[in-house]
Amino acid sequence: MAELRYTKDHEYVRIEGGEGVVGISDHAQRQLGDVVFAENPRVGTMLKAGDPAAVVESVKAASDVFAPVAGEVVAVNSEVEAKPGLINEDALGTGWLFRIRLADPSEAAALMDEAAYAAFLETQA
Amino acid sequence: MNREGRPTRPEPAEAGSRTTFTGARGLDIEEALIFETGRLDATGVDIEEAAPFASRLGALASDAAPELPGLTEPEAVRHYVRLSRDNYSIDAGLYPLGSCTMKHNPRLNEKMARLPGFADVHPLQPTSTAQGALAVIEALADALLVMTGMSAIAMSPKAGAHGELCGMMAIKAAIAARGEGATRHVALVPESAHGTNPATAALIGFSVRSVPAGDDGNVSVEAVRAALAPDVAAIMLTNPNTAGLFERQIVGIAEAVREAGAYFYCDGANFNAIVGKTRPGDLGVDAMHINLHKTFSTPHGGGGPGAGPVALSSRLAPFAPVPFVRREGDALRLVEHAEGTESFGRMSAFHGQMGMFVRALSFILSHGADGLRQASEDAVLSANYVRASLNDLMSAPFGERICMHEALFDDRWLKDTGLSTLDFAKAMIDEGYHPMTVYFPLIVHGAMLIEPTESESKASLDRFIMTLRDLAFAAKAGERERFTAAPVYAPRRRLDETRAARQPVLRWTRPPAA
Amino acid sequence: MRYLPLDGAEREAMLARIGVPDVDALFADVPADKRIEGLLDLPLAKSEMAVERILSAMAAQSLAAGSAPFFLGAGAYKRHIPASVDHLIQRSEFLTSYTPYQPEIAQGTLKVLFEFQTQVATLTGMEVANASMYDGSTACGEAMLMAHRLTRRGKAVLSGGLHPQYADVAATLAHCSGDRIERLAPDPLAREDLAAAIDGETSCVIVQSPDFFGNPRDLAAVAAAAHARGALLIAVFTDPVSLGALRSPGAMDADIVVGEGQGIGNALSFGGPYLGLFATRLKFVRQMPGRLAGETVDADGRRSFVLTLSTREQHIRREKATSNICTNSGLCALAFSIHLALLGGVGLRRLARVNHAGAVQLAERLSAVPGVEILNAHFFNEFTLRTPRPGAEVIEALARRGVIGGLPVSRLLPAAGLDDCIVVASTEVNSDDDRAAYASALADLLR
Repeated sequence: MAELRYTKDHEYVRIEGGEGVVGISDHAQRQLGDVVFAENPRVGTMLKAGDPAAVVESVKAASDVFAPVAGEVVAVNSEVEAKPGLINEDALGTGWLFRIRLADPSEAAALMDEAAYAAFLETQA
Repeated sequence: MNREGRPTRPEPAEAGSRTTFTGARGLDIEEALIFETGRLDATGVDIEEAAPFASRLGALASDAAPELPGLTEPEAVRHYVRLSRDNYSIDAGLYPLGSCTMKHNPRLNEKMARLPGFADVHPLQPTSTAQGALAVIEALADALLVMTGMSAIAMSPKAGAHGELCGMMAIKAAIAARGEGATRHVALVPESAHGTNPATAALIGFSVRSVPAGDDGNVSVEAVRAALAPDVAAIMLTNPNTAGLFERQIVGIAEAVREAGAYFYCDGANFNAIVGKTRPGDLGVDAMHINLHKTFSTPHGGGGPGAGPVALSSRLAPFAPVPFVRREGDALRLVEHAEGTESFGRMSAFHGQMGMFVRALSFILSHGADGLRQASEDAVLSANYVRASLNDLMSAPFGERICMHEALFDDRWLKDTGLSTLDFAKAMIDEGYHPMTVYFPLIVHGAMLIEPTESESKASLDRFIMTLRDLAFAAKAGERERFTAAPVYAPRRRLDETRAARQPVLRWTRPPAA
Repeated sequence: MRYLPLDGAEREAMLARIGVPDVDALFADVPADKRIEGLLDLPLAKSEMAVERILSAMAAQSLAAGSAPFFLGAGAYKRHIPASVDHLIQRSEFLTSYTPYQPEIAQGTLKVLFEFQTQVATLTGMEVANASMYDGSTACGEAMLMAHRLTRRGKAVLSGGLHPQYADVAATLAHCSGDRIERLAPDPLAREDLAAAIDGETSCVIVQSPDFFGNPRDLAAVAAAAHARGALLIAVFTDPVSLGALRSPGAMDADIVVGEGQGIGNALSFGGPYLGLFATRLKFVRQMPGRLAGETVDADGRRSFVLTLSTREQHIRREKATSNICTNSGLCALAFSIHLALLGGVGLRRLARVNHAGAVQLAERLSAVPGVEILNAHFFNEFTLRTPRPGAEVIEALARRGVIGGLPVSRLLPAAGLDDCIVVASTEVNSDDDRAAYASALADLLR
């Protein structure tokens, strides 16, 4: 069963075994508006939690995507670079950004689960 | 970084508006690009063929003309006149762009800048043959020193952001001269700042530390003290600030910054509100750029050219960039080399935006000390008149506070209408007005920043106010269509900016032959 | 005051609406002890006639290029500008509009920028150009920073033929950004080994052609050497008309092309305002500084233009922007674009040929003056003279005889040991009489 965790910067990481799939939350894509550009890290990049890893841009806004957890980038979604609108259509699905091999599988537990993130968004409104 | 976007793709409009054969709508004529109408073998300039001669171009001579279309003069005049008619302009209407200062551009200034003794002088002529041009630089610098109460003026920066860069470079040089170059590398920047401020700090290798503004829209001495540390090189503060408010604690902030061994960079974008009322030098500023195109009304020209001279305190004056003008007896001399001085170097080739200097000097001479003060007062009066006339309908983020030269509203008052600041702005276009600055400053949600300037008559202001009131009533009355479909009477409806960014087409290319 | 429409009664009425007793109440936030009592120490308001008199008297203290045999270039060029150019740029809708942030009512400016970008890209042989920078020298500095971002390397190699002030601007910027600069020695004969200066740390090589001394430079070989080491070639020009006669930098494999656009459509104006031209390959566009206009459609599906790829810029990216630049040189770009549209490709080529022909004729006349030598094997419209007396003296002496004979190299390069060199330019405005006057004045003073 995949486990979905969120950061306060609105990244998500979906834990799948020893790996995590990273993207931006549905809330974040709505804030940005139509996404027109996405840039992923190179495969093989070693990231610490909080490192700037990717960039997502709309017409009038831009956002760095920070690594939610530490690890090595093992795959990137090249389709989203060609069709950045996927992030608007399905941020948690086909709009994922990159896949990371977790340095410390326990690290994700410190992040918010879906219920906690929903509560966090309430406080931001 | 601005992480908040907004809609950038319009809903397709209902079909049904009548179309014409030409695509024109009466006086609004659809004009093709020169690449579609011009001919590659045509020219609108008669040039005599050179008599036969032996070329000395060598092996790098090209063998064909660039593939650029040419237009005869009648074709060119018509093309550009038609294009021009798709633009809004200050000459045609009130242009309330906050922070941009769209005031009247006196035509005398255009005439003066075109005098051959200014316009037709080469920057590297022997200075003995360019004394008049140097005299303009000297006279303008002297006037700016009087207005700012500072010690020196660097005239060469080419625009506001270039002036910021100049001021921050002077600060960096001063810190290096103190031997603290390795330890002081942080710029304090309020979140309300112009984007150029953090970009400039980053460009010179400083990191940015944010300073919050209080509920009254001002930065407090306490907030600055809390952010000051031995690694701080400078604070970059706009005054009056981007919310159109005078920074009430500016003197205390300046003192705190100086005590901490840092410098005070003032973004002078809004200097036009306080000329003749107070002097930045007296407030404790170390460096401030002056946008000649804002405060002294050199034309904006569709996005430049600007000019951004920088006033410097005595602490920074020695580090000013070259060139500068020096008077030696009756003659004016140019100092063009940094070697052997503490100058941090050179910002650009030559000596700055002479064409803009002449216009600004003409503006200053025309207004005089009395007119300059009156202009500041009228600008502030007009902004407050607009503010006070709209306050009951629109929401102001900082309450009833008196503003300086621009009035700021937010979008709380639109909350139940389902309409956005963008919709409101676009509806203004249908009413014949250029919208105010929207979504800036970033700290105010759905910001609407209105700067009427001193150039508007009371009748013009009243008409503008009545228009905004009518729109505000309509918004609250649920007349959504008037906003969401707007503009409908402009040369264009809303644009698909998403498509422009996702599939960039940045130049014309010849369509493939059918 | 003729520019201020409000009168006293109206001001009173407005104050009443605001609910304050007087205008000073509006400035209550200014600390009381920091307010100016009375007026600034400047003269009082003046009529149009009075201002015109003052400024005309100042203007009369300078020598206008059009009133003398004028042979000075070195980065700014005296040109004939068609009368329609200045008329059109003074159209209210161009002159007094702001940056086209509301595209529905700014299609005029946006279309001009789109055409301008296409003209510049075509002229330079590149794929994409921006909507202009401040001037050639700042465009050159920005190109250096862009190369740093693209290559993630921090050493720029500057040809000795780069305009000395352009090199100074790059050095000043580099000092702040932490880049290293290797500046090769200036040499009127263009003997320099750029390839040898490129190493694995090099982000870019910056080469001007024609160079400061007038020599057209073969960029293709430098490009190959740069690319072999993972560096970029930045090509620089200071007179856009040269592109009507010489192979384009794009055709010689440059990665970024920057130049001064003043020489088409814009007055000398003692050095500004000018416009920087900036072009590159499409694959580098996201690291390019400055505004860009792009094509799209509106809600009715009609072709429209809009500023695009703005996330590169400071107003969104803030401290992570590609540059802090905010303005472009809109009106100067318009003047450039109109003049170039009038010329067309064939007109530009003819203009370039006339410029070159005049320079060849001038070189022949001057080299006939005893003791004077032309150093260039090849040139476009600018070349370097060696004179038996210091160049600065010669130029001053010529000026006293009413001839502006060029730039003594020592003015910009006082320590280069080139005190006997003068850079001379010739354009279409120079007549045969001008050339004769120059040659005879030179012969006379060297006698």
